[in-house]
Amino acid sequence: MANPKKVSFTLNGKPVDVVVEPRELLIHTLREKLQLTGPHIGCETSHCGACTVDIDSMSVKSCTMLTVQCEGAQVLTIEGFEQGGQLHALQEAFTQDHALQCGYCTPGMITRAYRLLQENPHPSEQEIRYWMAGNLCRCTGYQNIVKAVQDAAGKLAAKAA
Amino acid sequence: MPDTNVVAREREDKLQGMGCSRKRKEDARFIRGQGTYVDDIKLPGMLFGAMVRSPYAHARIKSINKAKALAVPGVVAVLVADDLKPVNLAWMPTLGGDVQAVLADKKVCFQYQEVAFVIASDRYAAADGAEAVEVDYEELPAIVDPRRAMAKDAPIIREDIADKTEVGHGPRTHPNHIFTWEAGDKAATDAVFAGAPVTVREEILNPRVHPCPLETCGCVASFSKATGQLTVFMTSQAPHLVRTVVSMLSGIAESKIRIVGGDIGGGFGNKVPVYPGYVVSIVASIVTGVPIKWIESRIENISTTGFARDYHGVAELAADQNGRIKALRFTALADHGAFNAHVSATKLPAGLFSICTGSYDIPKAYCRVDAVYTNKAPGGVAYRCSLRVTEAVYLIERMIDVLAQKVGVDKAEIRRRNFVKVEQFPYTTALGWTLDSGNYHGALDKVLKAVDYDGLRREQAQKRAKGELMGIGISTFTEIVGAGPTKVCDILGIGLFDSCDIRVHPTGSVIARLGTMSQGQGHATTYAQIIATELGLPSEDIQIEEGDTDKAPYGAGTWGSRSTPVAGAAAARAARKIMDKAKKIAAHLLEVGEGDLEWEVDRFKVKGNPSQIKTMKEICMVAHTGNIPAGMEQGLNAVEYYDPPNLTFPFGAYLCVVDVDRFTGETKVRRFYALDDCGTRINPMIIEGQIHGGLTEAFAVAMGQAVPFDENGNHLGNSLMDYFLPTSMEAPKWETDFTVTPSPHHPIGAKGVAESPHVGGIPCFSNAVMDAFAHLGVTHMDMPHTSFRVWQKCNELGLNKR
Repeated sequence: MANPKKVSFTLNGKPVDVVVEPRELLIHTLREKLQLTGPHIGCETSHCGACTVDIDSMSVKSCTMLTVQCEGAQVLTIEGFEQGGQLHALQEAFTQDHALQCGYCTPGMITRAYRLLQENPHPSEQEIRYWMAGNLCRCTGYQNIVKAVQDAAGKLAAKAA
Repeated sequence: MPDTNVVAREREDKLQGMGCSRKRKEDARFIRGQGTYVDDIKLPGMLFGAMVRSPYAHARIKSINKAKALAVPGVVAVLVADDLKPVNLAWMPTLGGDVQAVLADKKVCFQYQEVAFVIASDRYAAADGAEAVEVDYEELPAIVDPRRAMAKDAPIIREDIADKTEVGHGPRTHPNHIFTWEAGDKAATDAVFAGAPVTVREEILNPRVHPCPLETCGCVASFSKATGQLTVFMTSQAPHLVRTVVSMLSGIAESKIRIVGGDIGGGFGNKVPVYPGYVVSIVASIVTGVPIKWIESRIENISTTGFARDYHGVAELAADQNGRIKALRFTALADHGAFNAHVSATKLPAGLFSICTGSYDIPKAYCRVDAVYTNKAPGGVAYRCSLRVTEAVYLIERMIDVLAQKVGVDKAEIRRRNFVKVEQFPYTTALGWTLDSGNYHGALDKVLKAVDYDGLRREQAQKRAKGELMGIGISTFTEIVGAGPTKVCDILGIGLFDSCDIRVHPTGSVIARLGTMSQGQGHATTYAQIIATELGLPSEDIQIEEGDTDKAPYGAGTWGSRSTPVAGAAAARAARKIMDKAKKIAAHLLEVGEGDLEWEVDRFKVKGNPSQIKTMKEICMVAHTGNIPAGMEQGLNAVEYYDPPNLTFPFGAYLCVVDVDRFTGETKVRRFYALDDCGTRINPMIIEGQIHGGLTEAFAVAMGQAVPFDENGNHLGNSLMDYFLPTSMEAPKWETDFTVTPSPHHPIGAKGVAESPHVGGIPCFSNAVMDAFAHLGVTHMDMPHTSFRVWQKCNELGLNKR
């Protein structure tokens, strides 16, 4: 490994240290060094969103970020959504509303939808479609994904009330 | 006392069998990010492979220098064609009867062709190594336009087969000619055309597109020198066929090869063929003795793996003055790229193109396809359709609109006049297919009523009076799926039957293994529902396994909507074998004759004595004891290999409303109403999901997808920056509806559904766009209907001048 760098950050609530080449992309570190294969690679050109993770309260396509840029960051991946054996409302809604088929885009979709609902707990259908447009799905035609995000928003709002 | 019917219905609901929208069994891992896709596989000592690819579409390879690549840190080996020759693996057979270079042998025939394979410690080192391989090329003139391929002075693309008189599909007339295939009665058809009062003709292109699943292709090949066992985890829609090809290629016994499909991130036809990357990874593992992973980039996926379509059609209809079709004559020039690597049944080189008579009663028909080589990537796979069905349906559904405009008949009415009538089924078409069942009038009428068709036409007339462009598209398609009867369909000589192996355990849980391979269709759920209803055991306890050739019985895989029509039938019939045995056990236990028993949901009852029952769960346990009829073997298992008597013919009626901005060409889909008839419905939720997805892929093809090349064969659109995949912003909203006309020859009456929306949707969008311009005399524009291309038409017609 040329010019190795140690990087420390918080991953799904736990501290991690990892040694990488400066050129290594975060998606490869997550998948190959940290064994988190939930985020997927669909294009490596930041178009498809299958690699979406949440970093310091922003959606990030992890094929477009260097791991060394994550020093000190709070990183959330699909693996961090289920808490104490309890699925996140978005995970529940995706299966209830048949918002996935092959499952390849699903981790990125759920992670992106999570960020949307953090920023806007009551999105309209059009707002959901706008927010989710950076995540491609080839199977569902998006209609059930939109419905799942709406349903999860409703459930989360009811829980918060 | 409770109503016994209510109680039985409650028990039936608990089974979650056929007809219910139960949640999918596969979702639990996917929503947690715990699927196992090929790139998730990591084996001890695994190395990574990267491909060196040609920058030219046609060139001679003068030399390859590996030295610099081998000096790159982490690089272990560099393989070129000459390294594969000693093991006889420089060339491989294609599923189309041709051969294809695994690594380019002396020349390259398309841009991005595989030239060398670099094996390194990780994907970064492999990419560095691939950059460092030095290849010296001598560029040759390229053929990009298939219409030039058979010119006298055309450069010969495939010198390796230049002298061969055939490459798997009959005589060739030119070194760049692959095959000519025809069906129907040409003389009789020509005679009808000669005397017809009305004829219409259009040149119609089904452009080259790519299925582009979200996951690219890839594999992990692992050969054990100690045991001689080869294991390949790979993105294959047809693992058993791949195992056979790999065995034929490598000489390794099929019993020592294990292909594992795992989870697949979408296929849509792209993952049926055997690609050079798989083969070279296998060779690399054999050479190095360690596992090799090869994963395509997106650019490699779009540039080199199976494209679809590229059919340059000429379509003609002959009719009477009332628009009643008397004859059909369709021809197509098919661009197959540099190797004939399309996937086709041996006897059907143009796939099921002869379904082009559609839903219509057409007395005489003739069709012909000429396939040629060009300096483009090989393929010609199906893209969410059975082979060449989209091409065929697109032509007929476009042409019936062209005919309607010519004779001045409404586009719904002309369909009614030509439909095969309910009482004509089973109906044998002029091109030889027997449509098993249908109700085309019923489907169309239901849609027209649901959307208030007359109201839409009135609105359109008002808009036209104001100079605005509104289009109403109709598509009343008939699909042909479920390949297929072995008397018609084989690949490399292997019949396209499919299979199911059911094992029932003493406690009533079940494992069923099938020869198909899900890529997101929800097989683990739908097959379990079929078996649940057949056996009276809950679908929740029925485990479905596919794709691991060590476990599953032989089958031809999942493509061409064949899973439910073929393997689903095998599942039902295997279950019925088990039921036959279960009934014998029940009769034995109840001490009555089998004829005295009747089946109710999950149990056998003695006729006239409803308190005398044996549930299936009880029988499962008893089947594993000594208390079974004399001479019977223990266990409750069955295997079925199902050779369907016919294909199935799902159909539908779609209607699309578009508004076109005459100043910008922007075309908005205002409404899309899709009625599908797939026969018996197993899981309505999953069916609707398949239809949403298929319609969205149809929208993509009709409105934006194309794989363009420049005159030198340079690919001009191989990243997701260029290649159109609709986002949630572009994708229209879908309204779905259905009728149910069960297939008379299928054990549960099911027909298959996932491809109908793609096949039927594409002409529906095109017909809507064309209908917006119909009053201006426009009869046809080729796809894709991008804003720019539609604007060009507006500009040509002067519609954008105020």
